[in-house]
Amino acid sequence: MKSGPSKKPKTYPPIIPAREEWPVVRLSNNRKSFISNVIKETLDRLLHNGLNSQKLIEELEMTLYLESNRIRRNPWKVDPEDEQEFWKNIKSQLLDLNQTSTDSTQRAISIMVESIISRYTEEIAGNFKQSSYRMARAIITFGFARLLNAARLKGPRALFSGQLDLPDKIKVNGEIEQLRSLAKIGTVVMVPTHFSNLDSALIGWVIQYLGLPAFIYGAGLNLFNIGIFAYFMNSLGAYKVDRRKKNLLYLETLKTYSTEALKYGCHSLFFPGGTRSRSGRIEDRLKLGLLSTAIEAQRCNYLTGGEKATKIFIVPVVLNYHFVLEAPILIHQFLEQQGQERYYVESDEFTNSYKILKFLIKFFTKGSDISVTIGKAMDPIGNFVDAQGNSVDTRNQPVDTVDYFKSFGEITDDPQRDMEYTNMLSARIIDEFHRRNRVFSSHLVAFVGFRMLRKKYAKLDLYNFLRISPDEMFIDFDDFHQQFAAIRARVFDLRTQGRLQTAAHLDGTVQEVIEHGLDNVGLYHANRPLIRDKSGKIVSQDLYTLYYYHNRMHGYDLERYL
Amino acid sequence: MDMTSNDIYSTTVGVVGAGSFGCAVANILAENVSVLLYARSQEVVDQMRQEQKARDIALHKNVQGTGDLELMASSCNVIFPVVPSASFRSMISNLAPFLKPYHILIHGTKGFEVQLNGKSLDQSKTLQRSQVYTMSELIRHESSAVRVGCLAGPNLAREINEHQPAATVVASHFDEVIKLGQKLLKSDRFGVFGNNDLIGVELCGVLKNIIAIGAGAINGLGYGENTKALLISRGMVEMIYLGKALGGNVEAFLGLAGVGDLVATCSSSLSRNYTLGYRLAGNESLTEILGSMEEVAEGVNTIKIAKKLADNYRVRAPITNTLYDVLFDDLSLEEGLQQLMKYPFIQDIDFL
Repeated sequence: MKSGPSKKPKTYPPIIPAREEWPVVRLSNNRKSFISNVIKETLDRLLHNGLNSQKLIEELEMTLYLESNRIRRNPWKVDPEDEQEFWKNIKSQLLDLNQTSTDSTQRAISIMVESIISRYTEEIAGNFKQSSYRMARAIITFGFARLLNAARLKGPRALFSGQLDLPDKIKVNGEIEQLRSLAKIGTVVMVPTHFSNLDSALIGWVIQYLGLPAFIYGAGLNLFNIGIFAYFMNSLGAYKVDRRKKNLLYLETLKTYSTEALKYGCHSLFFPGGTRSRSGRIEDRLKLGLLSTAIEAQRCNYLTGGEKATKIFIVPVVLNYHFVLEAPILIHQFLEQQGQERYYVESDEFTNSYKILKFLIKFFTKGSDISVTIGKAMDPIGNFVDAQGNSVDTRNQPVDTVDYFKSFGEITDDPQRDMEYTNMLSARIIDEFHRRNRVFSSHLVAFVGFRMLRKKYAKLDLYNFLRISPDEMFIDFDDFHQQFAAIRARVFDLRTQGRLQTAAHLDGTVQEVIEHGLDNVGLYHANRPLIRDKSGKIVSQDLYTLYYYHNRMHGYDLERYL
Repeated sequence: MDMTSNDIYSTTVGVVGAGSFGCAVANILAENVSVLLYARSQEVVDQMRQEQKARDIALHKNVQGTGDLELMASSCNVIFPVVPSASFRSMISNLAPFLKPYHILIHGTKGFEVQLNGKSLDQSKTLQRSQVYTMSELIRHESSAVRVGCLAGPNLAREINEHQPAATVVASHFDEVIKLGQKLLKSDRFGVFGNNDLIGVELCGVLKNIIAIGAGAINGLGYGENTKALLISRGMVEMIYLGKALGGNVEAFLGLAGVGDLVATCSSSLSRNYTLGYRLAGNESLTEILGSMEEVAEGVNTIKIAKKLADNYRVRAPITNTLYDVLFDDLSLEEGLQQLMKYPFIQDIDFL
């Protein structure tokens, strides 16, 4: 399939040209007071939300235990040097607690909690710099474009050609104009699907390409292990999320940081699945912690600003690739997690700059088409909103978001209610992910190929099936062609019902689409998930990655049509 | 900024539906707050206003009749819809235009509603869970109200109207709804338990009507307590199987809304479903019985729906299947009972 005549790609002027007016810039100018506010709010949450001294001591002991374990068993380069000392200190303070005198105990506990929270807040807090933002942005845009150009024109000389056609390579589609207009009148929370470590860079590029001010986002602390990454992350408004720390104090601090930034009006980005999808499936379960901060921030906005307060808009984004470099590692991690519930260490695959560089070059030079689909924006309850930000419910009736937070006419504070709204929002985001998923030829050939092979060995469980040597199995091309046609017809039905979308290349003849899919599926893996061999049969060289790419079509009940 | 008790007790609460249970709910609420009770028929509205009665049920002095849903929605933050499941959809779509996300709805209807895109239930071969709505799901689907709950438990309307001691369960995903329900309904002779498993509790209330028809039939056939206890306990297990398949948790079935309601409904001639089973045993036809009943026996429709769901999700449901054959397929009750006695039960308890 040839690409169409090359149109001049659309460009989007910045919606707020004066950078000093960006919320993230205002926040970084007031970094100090912002941080002390986060500390104060977190402390309030912990001390005033029903945690009595006894409970707090238990939490402190738990935190100390978890942190000591982490320092011993899973240290990272990025960890501060005084860690051991700090926790030793906390330990002795805990031992010194005078259990009898309640007043001084109370005070001592508060001091300990505050010192831990302060430490965490300083660690989490981003360090956005306007000057380096401009540079980082330029480098990323330049780098993306040059590298992708080199890939397209297949030659290192293209690195220096004048053609910068990134938008041609990365197709951004969906509700772009709505996103741009909402970012002017409200606070946007972008929630993308997450398949690859490069998603953050990709989204970062998309945000500036669409003319939006910088977003803040939680980046895995492991990425800060590497100097050059740390530089870019800091410049692009990242704050740090350490997935090793699962204690209550840390999680509360993190959530407060996010809530306060949203209240400040900073557009934010969460990967709501928490980590990359190990299975290759579109997220079907979201982490509710950060998501709940959108609801909390909205409620606070209404409490302080009244009915006309700034609205928060949730914008799901779906990323699609023919090829995910990490696929072989991810799918093995997934099977490991599923197979035996053994302790799973948050590992750091990116150990040094050389590996990163290799990864980047491979990604950019070899990455085939990428699509980024901007979903329809919702309010924090999950109601769609129009271009002016007004919410409508599922029956297209206008609703006031503020009414969800009212009880007997007053806006009330009810964390359990917020949690329930988070569940509702999560379900709506998952639904929107599936509806905005842009099916690629490669996903479909992988799906049909895997299911056909799997059917031949239906009696084996998944693990035993995957362990069969792929040389032992093949699919007759005519059979494949027939089944593929049936599944694609079903996909088109689903498209008509609005339950998914398809890439333009999916509309060719069945033969063309199959060839396109086989050419692209997991293109640069050493062992290809699915190819046509010399005798014309469909064979797999790697059932694991075939399974991974096949999983992309999970959740549409397509299995029944094979 | 919690509501103080005084604020709550000075509000007006709405009840939709002036049937026997609707009036019972209105009367309980009226002991704590003023109540607006909606009736569809103008005749009943007039009667409520003139005689403080709905048909033959006396109403508490704090209950005021109305035929205006818009008025109810604008003056009440909390509304209790208590209408038969067959008219629930039309009721909620009439009410929906006036409902806002701040409204709290706690319904007291124990039935399913099926949505099959124009097809009738008899025409469609299979039935998916997504085509079946509990009443709370129906409220969510048809209106912008989200804070939804239900009432369930052994609450035979006549006993409540006679001021006998009893208790109920308020179930909701929202603690706010449960607490409010407790404050509004609680009195010296009426206890209120809370439960977060809304769907489980709704399913308890719906599915127990199947077993109640069976219990009535067993008594009608002249059998005694051994036989009925057998039916009730196996019926309980069957409810749990069905309930789990449809999205409820086991725990709900072990509480007041599950085993509590089941025992009450299976023992009382005040229960419509029990009465229907009892009269079936007396050789009346289903059409005759339904034609002469004043209010709906929800169990008949529930058996139809539950059987199709059980078939589709391969749930072991011998009692439901047998009753289905008796009601709709000319199996005699005696034959049905024999069929059940031959059913190969092996394990007593295998759902925990």
